Amino acid sequence: MKLSRVVVISGGLSHERDVSIRSGRRVAEALRTVGVEVSEIDSDSSLLPALSGLEPGAVIFPTLHGAAGEDGAIRDVFEMLELAYVGSTADACRRSFDKPVAKGIVADAGISVPASRVLPHSTFRELGAQYLLPLIEKSVGLPLMVKPAKGGSALGASVVRTAAELPEAMISAFSYGNDVVIEPFIMGREIAVSVIEESDGSLTALPAVEIVADSGFYSYDARYTAGLTEFFVPANIDEALSKRAAEVAKKVHLALGLRDLSRSDLIIDKNGEVWFLEVNVAPGMTETSLLPQSVAAAGRDIGELYKELAERALLRK
Amino acid sequence: MSTGSRLDSFVARYAERTKGMTASEIRALFAVASRPEVVSLAGGMPNLTALPMDVVSKIVADVINENGQVALQYGSGQGDPVLREQITEIMRLEGIESHPDDVVVTTGSQQALDLVARIFLDPGDIVLAEAPSYVGALGTFRQYQARIVHVEMDDNGLIPERLREAISHTRANGGKIKFLYTIPNFHNPAGVSLSAERRQEVLRIAREADILIIEDNPYGLLGFNTEPTRAMRADDPDNVVYLGSFSKTFAPGLRVGWAAAPHAVREKLVLASESSILCPSNFAQMAISRYFATQPWQDQIKSFQGLYQERRDAMLETMEQLFPSTATWTKPGGGFYIWVTLPEGLDTKAMLPRAVTSRVAYVPGTAFFADGFGSWSMRLSYCYPTPERIREGVRRLAGVIEEEMELRATFGNNAIPVSERPNRILPPSELM
Repeated sequence: MKLSRVVVISGGLSHERDVSIRSGRRVAEALRTVGVEVSEIDSDSSLLPALSGLEPGAVIFPTLHGAAGEDGAIRDVFEMLELAYVGSTADACRRSFDKPVAKGIVADAGISVPASRVLPHSTFRELGAQYLLPLIEKSVGLPLMVKPAKGGSALGASVVRTAAELPEAMISAFSYGNDVVIEPFIMGREIAVSVIEESDGSLTALPAVEIVADSGFYSYDARYTAGLTEFFVPANIDEALSKRAAEVAKKVHLALGLRDLSRSDLIIDKNGEVWFLEVNVAPGMTETSLLPQSVAAAGRDIGELYKELAERALLRK
Repeated sequence: MSTGSRLDSFVARYAERTKGMTASEIRALFAVASRPEVVSLAGGMPNLTALPMDVVSKIVADVINENGQVALQYGSGQGDPVLREQITEIMRLEGIESHPDDVVVTTGSQQALDLVARIFLDPGDIVLAEAPSYVGALGTFRQYQARIVHVEMDDNGLIPERLREAISHTRANGGKIKFLYTIPNFHNPAGVSLSAERRQEVLRIAREADILIIEDNPYGLLGFNTEPTRAMRADDPDNVVYLGSFSKTFAPGLRVGWAAAPHAVREKLVLASESSILCPSNFAQMAISRYFATQPWQDQIKSFQGLYQERRDAMLETMEQLFPSTATWTKPGGGFYIWVTLPEGLDTKAMLPRAVTSRVAYVPGTAFFADGFGSWSMRLSYCYPTPERIREGVRRLAGVIEEEMELRATFGNNAIPVSERPNRILPPSELM
């Protein structure tokens, strides 16, 4: 069956709606440059009627970020509708979107992950934050990272350098969800490695992107304001480290059972150890996002890549 | 070694004033607020459901059919003389006696604000503004690299004594005050109005201190069951620049506002406007002019007043029932907004993601301060949603506030810095 059209779904109701719309627009533009007919659609109550009427050669390209987009729910809907779609399955998304679950699986695959604690608000309420917070500080150590257990774009995430900053960081993370991950802040070089699944089933790790945020923290502002962050593609790391990072990203992709594409966020510490932080099943595709930079650095045309992924999704149908 | 890229080849060439122009979590959250599932109590969009669209449609068609050659052509930099004449009649409702030559038509009163800032402000100059103040004005003043000194308000508007203090303190510290920016009627975001006695006092203080007043009055005709209040410019036309707008009394999409200013100021405003936009839209001006000449526009404004009053009542009633007893809020006699002060220690900016998850949105208080205050306040707008949606939105928000209070109780209220200056609108009793 020939690819007749790609339906890019973006927006939705998550906190990352704005980023998702920008990602969707960029994906649609790239596909059009290679002659693919594209429809763009928001994820709302008009979605199901629109998808129900799709012709057999149509493929869904979800660029929904955050909950409902990356937690597997929308992909379950695609599967119920028996629609071809680009990206990981609902089950794989569920495993990956929940940071503690993903870290456990990745650690079992022999990859270094920061030891984290995952606590709901109710635990602080029941046991008393005045007792738990000092325990966290002592057990995890400073500086530490606090972030929502689910979600992306660094929303609600903070670096805590002093004990006084910890309560506010907890409140900020709990504003985005009921569970919070607390882990040591690994000092080192921040890199992102995107993995693409080729047509023969092999995995290609694209050139790593090194991220140097002016503020020292790759926050929401630093991610989506051109100019606030300096990117090095490929990352200025030696070949052995580069290979190691690529292997880690591919292992993550395999361990979580991901499909088509993924992006792993990693830290290389001063000893050259590669630490896994989190994985993205619907990586950002905006003007300032990391995956498109890696694709360009690899000398590949991003429109062609998206088209290949869509054609492969159709073959799976 | 690869060289770094900032994904913006112009990054070293932007002006200093662009430094604050960055993406933000808050802006991202407002993208969700535009979805119909979310009750947005955030935006200040005028409600056009009361506008007779068939009438407007005919007016627009008539403008083109009868005078299209003029309507679609460039026009006067100062604005259409017929419309300026009509503007003087509208201002007369608030006691302003002026000549059409005093008036400069602009692309919305926001452009008038920009022009005022452009002709008066040098980097480092001081603008006095109420605490809180209109976010669009603060943004404009910042663009011209001015510094804002906030002056406290209470239920009767700007507090004259605080104004005196702000002037003397600023000058003692070498600050160069260029003007006082004030919204005397149904304040955005505070919802309060400056009392008649205080208007005289503020005029006197400004006159004595040789400080120009910028009177921004987009909501003046939208009082509930009240006659329009006498404008400040009516009593001191030589020291007050008045900004008006058709956005709330007719339609914001036409983007027409105006400034009425002392003659020398007006001449500079015209030149500044010409250099930025050449002229305001002839088409929009002619449509408005025809509407005001042929339609019962004062009755239409009464319809708007009724529509907004019904919504204000729905919001106030539901807040009274559901908001925590420790929260306070203003009770506007007109306009679009209620200013809410939550129990001290809550942070409305940090709470916004939780609110958006619960499908309700508001504007955090810090947006209305240039100095980081306002963290436990928020602005609620009642102008746009239906009364039923307003009740639902307030119900959702009450739940969010309760959850946030519980969270703060868990982690302690010392999680955020406590300001020295109260960021709520003080009841007069607390000022003694």
